[in-house]
Amino acid sequence: MIGKSVPRKEGREKVAGRARYVDDLSFPGMLHGVTVRSPAARGRIRATRFEGEIPWHEFTVVTAKDIPGKNCIALLIEDQPCLAAEFVNHPEEAIVLLAHHDRYLLEEARRCVRIEIEPMPAIFSIDDSLAREEIIWGQDNIFKSFHVEKGDVDGAWTGAAFVVEGTYETGAQEQLYIEPQGMIAQVSEAEGVTVWGSLQCPHYVHKALMVLFGLPRERIRVVQTETGGGFGGKEEYPSMIAAHAALLARKSGRPVKIIYDRAEDMVATTKRHPSRTRHRTAVDRDGKLLAMDIDFTVDGGAYETLSPVVLSRGTIHAAGPYACPNVRIRSRAVATNAPPHGAFRGFGAPQSVFALERHLDRVAEAVGIASDELRRRNFIHEGQTLAVGQVVKEKVDMNGLMGRAFELSGYHAKRKQFAAENSNARGAIKRGIGFASFLHGAGFTGSGEEYLASEVAMEAMADGTVHILAGSTEMGQGTNTIFAQIAAEALRLDCEQMKIIQPDTAYVPNSGPTVASRTAMIVGKLVETAGLGLLKLLTDGGFLRPGYTAADFSRACGEYVAKHGPLKSFVKYEHPRDLHWDDQKYSGDAYGAYAWALYVAEVSVDIRTAEVRVNDFVAVQEVGKVINPVLAAGQIEGGVAQGIGFALYENVVWQEGRMVNAQMTNYVMPTSVDLPAIRVYFEEIPYGRGPAGAKGIGELPLDGTAPAIANAIAHATGVDVRRIPITAESLLEMLEAVHA
Amino acid sequence: MRAYLPAYEMETPRDLAAALARMASEPGVWKPFAGGTDLMVLLEAGKLPHKKFLNVWNLAELRGVEVSSEHVTLGALTTYAEVQRHEILAREFPLLCRAAAETGSVATQNRGTLGGNIANASPAADSPPALIVYDAEIEIVSAGGSRWVRYASFHTEYKKMNLHAGELIRRIRLTRTQAGWRQYFRKVGTRRAQAISKICFAGAARVEAGRIADVRIALGSVAPTVLHAVRVEELLRGQRPGSTVLQAAQDALNAEIAPIDDMRSTARYRRHVARNLLAEFLEVLAG
Amino acid sequence: MPKRARKIRVSCEVNGDAASFEAYPMTRLLDVLREELKLTGTKEGCGEGECGACSIEMDGALVNSCLVPALQAQGVKIRTIEGLAIHGSLHAVQQAFITHGGAQCGICTPGMILAAVNLLARHSQPDDTQIREGLSGNLCRCTGYMKIFESVVAAVRRAETRA
Repeated sequence: MIGKSVPRKEGREKVAGRARYVDDLSFPGMLHGVTVRSPAARGRIRATRFEGEIPWHEFTVVTAKDIPGKNCIALLIEDQPCLAAEFVNHPEEAIVLLAHHDRYLLEEARRCVRIEIEPMPAIFSIDDSLAREEIIWGQDNIFKSFHVEKGDVDGAWTGAAFVVEGTYETGAQEQLYIEPQGMIAQVSEAEGVTVWGSLQCPHYVHKALMVLFGLPRERIRVVQTETGGGFGGKEEYPSMIAAHAALLARKSGRPVKIIYDRAEDMVATTKRHPSRTRHRTAVDRDGKLLAMDIDFTVDGGAYETLSPVVLSRGTIHAAGPYACPNVRIRSRAVATNAPPHGAFRGFGAPQSVFALERHLDRVAEAVGIASDELRRRNFIHEGQTLAVGQVVKEKVDMNGLMGRAFELSGYHAKRKQFAAENSNARGAIKRGIGFASFLHGAGFTGSGEEYLASEVAMEAMADGTVHILAGSTEMGQGTNTIFAQIAAEALRLDCEQMKIIQPDTAYVPNSGPTVASRTAMIVGKLVETAGLGLLKLLTDGGFLRPGYTAADFSRACGEYVAKHGPLKSFVKYEHPRDLHWDDQKYSGDAYGAYAWALYVAEVSVDIRTAEVRVNDFVAVQEVGKVINPVLAAGQIEGGVAQGIGFALYENVVWQEGRMVNAQMTNYVMPTSVDLPAIRVYFEEIPYGRGPAGAKGIGELPLDGTAPAIANAIAHATGVDVRRIPITAESLLEMLEAVHA
Repeated sequence: MRAYLPAYEMETPRDLAAALARMASEPGVWKPFAGGTDLMVLLEAGKLPHKKFLNVWNLAELRGVEVSSEHVTLGALTTYAEVQRHEILAREFPLLCRAAAETGSVATQNRGTLGGNIANASPAADSPPALIVYDAEIEIVSAGGSRWVRYASFHTEYKKMNLHAGELIRRIRLTRTQAGWRQYFRKVGTRRAQAISKICFAGAARVEAGRIADVRIALGSVAPTVLHAVRVEELLRGQRPGSTVLQAAQDALNAEIAPIDDMRSTARYRRHVARNLLAEFLEVLAG
Repeated sequence: MPKRARKIRVSCEVNGDAASFEAYPMTRLLDVLREELKLTGTKEGCGEGECGACSIEMDGALVNSCLVPALQAQGVKIRTIEGLAIHGSLHAVQQAFITHGGAQCGICTPGMILAAVNLLARHSQPDDTQIREGLSGNLCRCTGYMKIFESVVAAVRRAETRA
């Protein structure tokens, strides 16, 4: 089963249009719900007026006063209100909820609620936040900061042959899942609170609702419906919609459905954290890294949400797959009056890796050696130490990945050829080729997995069907299919016999969130272990002998159940004893395993219009074990496409903390004619703790795509790219400067 | 849906005369509704103040393409898909076909119409520059009769046009004089498909003995309406398309356009690119 | 209270069957399909005619159903994703999307498959450019389009070998 492109488990439903997403569901007596939001970025709520000729008595109206438990969306901390009560801290912050059975009247009513806000000074930039003229969060506008220190950075500058500095910036990015967010909630005395919806982490929503309602665990139930894309955008935000729908359901006594339209989804939900990274790097005359001093800041928006964790991953990935004896990383997540930024595939690493890989090309230039040569002289090897002090214990061959990627892309020949062609001043099209080399840690950082203590259960039914019970969600990445494959492999059966139970907190254990590239590697391993555990129950009990057939298995299950009752295996995560992490010093074994990669982008730039086209893209990565080749390639291809968007197309236009281009016509993602053939290649060095040796790959492609493109544009045009997205407007100005 | 949808009315008139009579009965109240690719977007965004529409989609009098020796006349309901499929349009009016192919996507091209596009009067629309280059005339009908208007003077200010209450665009007439002219169309958008243009340039010229005997140039997204670059045309007539005239032509173009900063792009970018597209056009004429 | 228009009754054909429904004249055809006719396979992704998740065929032409008012559905022949399979047997394009990974999260899939089927009706052996252009009105955030193209090519090859 492993290594086979088993067709997607729920593929038939999806291609037939029978898969049921939250907006496809309807309950008897159901009401629709909408959210009335703050027009101001920051201020005190003076009054709420219900105007217009609306039959208000027909409406269910909910405000903060209606919250039975704590008015917060509980996540890492409890600073974010579910509904703003006295103050608002970002545009579009939720204040009032309305429900009615008539969707059209509801929309009319929403526009007739006027919130009067006495404005307070608001801040919208990292600089303004750090300047602290206005404190909008905590004591100092800082959600979290880290300080990583390896070796002796300060001593390295004087002996260095070259010292190169640079500042790099990345903008916000909207996850843009094609299915907008939504939830249906039902509240009753008998059942408690139940929500169904588009989400990645049922147990996050569960916890948030417990706190909001002040109810015990068994009175809250969260069910994941078929989810049309998440990419992190449905990691934490669904708790907010679930809370809103549930409050309306509680007050109205009816089921309530809230579905965001695209404009609301874009303007009110989370985005990738904007970032700024400052690098100062010392190298010897051969380009060997002597010291890296890195300063990394992300803009977290108005409330903490997941910013500390985004900052953490960005910090740990900031120094890349290189051996450098002296590294300092100082980082912080700051508050601004924008809707809180949140999880988006890559989760801090795309930001810091963009800076690093662009910076190293500039370092190479300063030293006078080729970009690839600089990397080769500094790639980390087994036995060496990463910036946070983790000794690399796995085999790693970055040189091999580079060689393969360069061969597949024709890198060296094109590097020369394009440089020669571009020097002809008359040509309007300049071509370039560039790369990025990087790594991505799979699983939660440090002691995170230990803290999560994920669980998986597996039950074999009397007829031999095997039920896999996990809180991990399918959202297109292939969770259902690879779990079936892993279990089938462990049990030596066919995937057809495996059934993935719909994630429902009433029935499945908490396997941790479906994030952090952990689902295959961490939870998949639990699935494998659970399968082996089931097998052991049957063989130890004498129901099954080696060399059994599928029929034998089914018969054995029937016999076991008849004799002993439920045939169930239950597994809990055990943190490897040889992984040590120090949260205070922020050093040690950050991740159990890393995927390693080298991506090459070929671009052409029309200097008349500064339009950039990616003509070819080669993605080579070492991932432990490819469980399902079609699904794995699909993950990388889709991730590269999002990375191309991050680099070139996706620009959030802000006006006083509000996204003003909140339409798909104005926030632009690549179409089928904008993208090149994305060529994906895998290498496999099995990771002992992954299922069949697999490591995580979901976020990896977001790290290296944008810097490879930026480096290619630099090669094509001589422009020193420092920020993404590289809009045509900004590139045109930079081209003028180069030619001047 | 950001509008109170139940408040919107639509009727289907049985023929053009009935439609015009309805429009005349309450001037300015009833608006024609064709494929809906602009109006439905406005409705859903809550930006459609008009509430009463006449469904003209099936009116035969507004459909069809007539070809005579001098003209090609298109019904207002000619869709972008139909424009691209028409042999004579593809051969003699390539800029219009290019514009049609680069507007929206397959689905929008099946429903978007030339008449609707003209009446929507967006300065960013892709067909208008091509229509200007082809000296288009439009037939406007009402219960009181009909008149022909030069398209080049149809749009007066941003979203304002020579179309009065009770009037409807019936046909668009193109003159077959530019077959054989060198033609150039370039739309620069936010991406390669389904993009609103940041700037759009349509040009055609008759080149004889190395000189520009006659020329038409029009641009989109650089002014409150589609822009007919008459000053540039005047300057270019009789000239050789080369570097000597380029600078002056670019300066003239720069003086004629009035681009703005908006959500999609900047005035500075539009100015710069306009000059470059003009240079590219002249290269096409010289080559 | 804003005044309401009268609802109209519309008769048309959906997936080969006669259909009749009541709606406001400007109710979106997308909502009619999903709510009146309970055909939830057609999806809303943007409500502005950009993403193509709501794509259907109307009298053989691919259109965005979020942009079609109910009144204009009078007398037309509509095909949605539900009408593609014949007697439970998947269309070649549907089958190819399963085998070749053309569907990931599946939300764009109904519209994408209809766009592909519509493309193949117009160009039975499309080249890479024609495939890309034919699908350019259908946005996919998951796949990067690669396996969607592979699925379409596979469906074409299957049709060739059968012919």
